Amino acid sequence: MSSGIGTRVLGVAAVASLAVLAVMALVITPADVNQLDAVRLIYIHVPMATVMYVAFGVTALGSILYLLPRTRARKWDLLAGAAAEIGVVFTGLVLVSGSIWGRTTWGVWWTWDARLTTTAVLFVLFLGYLALRRVGGDVDARAKRNSIAALAACIDLPIVHKSVEWWRTLHQKSSLLDEQTFLHPHIHGSMYWTVMLGIGAFLLLFAWLLINRYRLAKLEDRMEDEGLERAIAERRAEALTGSP
Amino acid sequence: MLRDAVVMAGKDLRIELRSRVATNQVAPFALLVLILFAFALDPDRGVLARAAAGLFWVAVLFCALLAIQRAFAVEATDGARDNLRLSGLDPAAIFLGKASAIAAELAVLEVILGAGVVILYNRSLHGPVLLVVTCVLATAGLAAAGTLYGALAAGLRVRETLLPLLLLPVVAPVLLAATRASEAALGGSPGDGWPWVRLLGVFAVIYIAFGVVAFGPLLEESS
Repeated sequence: MSSGIGTRVLGVAAVASLAVLAVMALVITPADVNQLDAVRLIYIHVPMATVMYVAFGVTALGSILYLLPRTRARKWDLLAGAAAEIGVVFTGLVLVSGSIWGRTTWGVWWTWDARLTTTAVLFVLFLGYLALRRVGGDVDARAKRNSIAALAACIDLPIVHKSVEWWRTLHQKSSLLDEQTFLHPHIHGSMYWTVMLGIGAFLLLFAWLLINRYRLAKLEDRMEDEGLERAIAERRAEALTGSP
Repeated sequence: MLRDAVVMAGKDLRIELRSRVATNQVAPFALLVLILFAFALDPDRGVLARAAAGLFWVAVLFCALLAIQRAFAVEATDGARDNLRLSGLDPAAIFLGKASAIAAELAVLEVILGAGVVILYNRSLHGPVLLVVTCVLATAGLAAAGTLYGALAAGLRVRETLLPLLLLPVVAPVLLAATRASEAALGGSPGDGWPWVRLLGVFAVIYIAFGVVAFGPLLEESS
């Protein structure tokens, strides 16, 4: 079960588009009038946030498909887990890149802005989910537990978002980081396209990571099953031949 | 189904009344938390009184964790969980019963903590209607989400450490909304509190509904 030709092409495409992105982001696009070179963080920050949402979307979808009796299959749980792992990594990267960006433009590493706070809660929610996934037990029981936990976390997100949004808007104006800034009419043409390219490149990267992580999860699964069977067979053989 | 739920809640509450773990351990712990906050925050400068609503709800969350651990520890011994599955009670009713029992325990703890806040933090109570509604809805939400995650973590070797990690981020909106609503009530501007109360209501309804649906599969899987 080695990596297929399609996956390899996908990997090459991801690396190539990331290389183009690096050139576009660091050389071709202009610096911002106010933010200077710090604005270039947008080319990775926004794509990583997109990957984060897509990844957790895949986790939710995989969990639903596992829980529905008609589509129940072990692979959906493995897919959900693979996507969640990548999602958590990218959530961490989003928080770090956002923090660095915040430091250079707002002067602070962290503000209790609605979006930042929601992302932080999201990060912790899915760290908990990954911790739960690592707990052993019967395979089906584990998968069911994982799926329910993922959905319970996902239905929490809109509530977290709403509450945090109210919390902040009752105290201060909405932050710099809302959609208006990204889709603002005066965003420079090449900057806009570079952000779009970034999203595409990171989605390719996500797809490549997801396929490989999923394959790894399947192999781990198989090793668990076959490892036990093999051990039993070996013991039987020993008993039959009478050797120690 | 409702009758089953009442049976279940009655059973859990009877255990708590007889074992006295809630009264002898959880309630003193709640008061201890209030005293610890006073050590951490300077009581002379009014920090405690201003933060009273938030501290109250943080203390409630800690106690809720203990109550939930306890509610499922009771089922862990003597094969009680298998008996529960064999009892023929509707899983949804088991969920509702356990959640109601936890909610009842939390309600008692909230009264104790409330008295503690009034006496120790020197904070007078205003807006009783808003306060009571906030407490009822927040408790319902905490108990529902707590029962769901309690069942999820029950029977795992790492449940003591896993439950807080799973539950606390999920109930973060409850902490936030309940604190804001209580602050509005105490600050004498109840109008600001009602949107938060609605949010608490939505949270409670969503997690009760989710628990009712998900509890069946969760009980089955225990092994």
